[in-house]
Amino acid sequence: MRPQTSLLMCPPDFYGIEYEINPWMDLRRPADPERARAQWRALYETLTETLGVRVELLTPVKGLPDLVFTANAGLVVPGRFVASRFLHPERQKEQPTYEAWFRARGYAIETLPEGTCFEGEGDALWLGDALFAGYRIRSDIRSHQGLAAMLGCEVLSLDLVDPRFYHLDTCFCPLDNRRALYYPPAFDDYGRRVIHEFVPEPIAVGDVDALRFACNAIVVGRDVVVQSGCDAVEKTLRAHGFTPRPVDLSEFHKAGGSAKCLGLWVPSCEDKKAG
Amino acid sequence: MVSETVELRGHIIDSLILPKVLDEIMTLGGTFEILHLAVGQRREDPSRAEVRVTAPDAQHLDAILGRIGQHGAISLAGDEACLVPADVDGAFPDGFYCSTHFETWIKRHGQWIAVERPEMDCGIRFDPATGRATTVPMHRVRRGDLIVIGHAGVKVAPIDRSSERNVFEFMASNVSSEKPEKPKAVVIREMAAHIKTARAAGGKVLVVAGPAVIHTGAGEHLERLIAGGYVQVLFAGNALAAHDIEQALYGTSLGMSLDAGMPVDEGHEHHLRAINAIRRIGGIRRAVEEGMLKRGIMHACVAHGVDYVLAGSIRDDGPLPDVITDAVKAQDAMREKIQGVTVGIMIATTLHSIATGNILPASVKLICVDINPAVVTKLADRGSFQAMGLVTDVEPFLRALAEHLVPAVTSRGVL
Repeated sequence: MRPQTSLLMCPPDFYGIEYEINPWMDLRRPADPERARAQWRALYETLTETLGVRVELLTPVKGLPDLVFTANAGLVVPGRFVASRFLHPERQKEQPTYEAWFRARGYAIETLPEGTCFEGEGDALWLGDALFAGYRIRSDIRSHQGLAAMLGCEVLSLDLVDPRFYHLDTCFCPLDNRRALYYPPAFDDYGRRVIHEFVPEPIAVGDVDALRFACNAIVVGRDVVVQSGCDAVEKTLRAHGFTPRPVDLSEFHKAGGSAKCLGLWVPSCEDKKAG
Repeated sequence: MVSETVELRGHIIDSLILPKVLDEIMTLGGTFEILHLAVGQRREDPSRAEVRVTAPDAQHLDAILGRIGQHGAISLAGDEACLVPADVDGAFPDGFYCSTHFETWIKRHGQWIAVERPEMDCGIRFDPATGRATTVPMHRVRRGDLIVIGHAGVKVAPIDRSSERNVFEFMASNVSSEKPEKPKAVVIREMAAHIKTARAAGGKVLVVAGPAVIHTGAGEHLERLIAGGYVQVLFAGNALAAHDIEQALYGTSLGMSLDAGMPVDEGHEHHLRAINAIRRIGGIRRAVEEGMLKRGIMHACVAHGVDYVLAGSIRDDGPLPDVITDAVKAQDAMREKIQGVTVGIMIATTLHSIATGNILPASVKLICVDINPAVVTKLADRGSFQAMGLVTDVEPFLRALAEHLVPAVTSRGVL
């Protein structure tokens, strides 16, 4: 990752469970605002102070509780912001806020054809030159064709078969050009074969850790910011030469997200390629 | 069996989407045919596949399409049909959908609606008041008619050969007059059997005939077929009717005695006198009613309630009053009379056969007979699987066909 790439985050001032659009959300299990703020702060400090990541902030908006999950805003390449098209109206309302932020910073706003859903970096992750992209639960596979055409890259489509792992970033995490964490039961046979074919060293994650969003990790070089309490994954990461940086983000699990969901990589306008 | 063609685009090979879709089709009880596959050259180049999905019925097909749609398979039939009101009488809007003679459907409000009167080279008109769609020829368009434009929401079903285990599939490509494996007699016998079956099923038989039928002395065989109930519709021109009437009144055709096989004195005037006589009396039907016309094909048509359309040409003498001299009106009359026809026999006429072939649906089985192989090839190769050609002189063909369908001992030719 180049130093010019920053991470876009949004403070959880208005975060809460206000609707149910995935299996994790339950209006009877509200988030604790104090704890959420403290947990988000801990993540922010780990990234900025411990790991030296440049974090840019989006101003939170009342009535948009999921604005904290900036990973779904879209997909960013140098100078261009490919905007998401959300499946649910509740999150569609976030779109103008994201677009305004990118437009103000000189990014070209690009959209995929109407009628196809795409939920951003939450469903599309780079590993080397290929973009691995999830489909069926939130994003449409047809958006992958548009992405491939816009970005001039190969897009490997992965069918997500478990509603609890409704975005690719909940069950797949590229660590570097050769390795990725993944949760095998979240994919079908074809998806698993594609992962084994195109990821030189895939690292399977077990049920317990997967359900704690271990795959939803932020990778900064050899450091991996991951939900705390995922012992098996931490051990595996160390064995592969990575340094786990555990952070408790359990308040955000109530909305179906963890570390990676809370940030969107933003290569600068002048940068050559996202990390 | 129903089919639809779908398209898959993207990195369908590396992502294993293509094999996944094919597996899903099979799992859900369908079959597939890959019509087209273009594989991207470099890793970042997408691939494209066109796959025809076939299922036992519409319900199965919808289930399959719904499933594979989630993996990106898009029906090439697209979404709803696009309808545009015609802005002038007698012409389609730009970009109108051009029909074929195959079974066709258009999609409106999520439902597939069958297009009535399949006919090639027409447009498709939809009537929202009745919810029905039909082909419409250019000249019949009225301002405000809703016409289908583009290809979206249009589905076409080519004839399914596999379900047709009958003489037509059997002989599908036989046009040569020299095919040694199958004697003509056998072919004609099989055709007769097919016509019998078609009649038994309630289908109508259409005969398109040229004047050679009369000149060769085959008129009496066609008469026998009409009397036997094996012809419901006749298309012809002025010449066939005129020489048939000449033969009925004078015993000659174009002045040639059909019994003696020799020209008779002033024979070349006979057909003109025949036409003139019919013009004087007021038409063929009147001539039969008044007892002037007592035999022949036209007499048999009137006697047995056979619909006929005589379409005129610039070569006609007279013409007979029954001849429709306006080409467009003649076409429209033919369009009305082909409703319910399931078998067409085209004998010894190129131009009327082509005109008829132009308006028939692909579902009508055609038998094309001519002495000239070029004519038979031209007619049989009109893009329908169901055309069968026979190169032979008309008289022995009709004689054999009549013998099979209306054996001499039962034929009486009574009014």
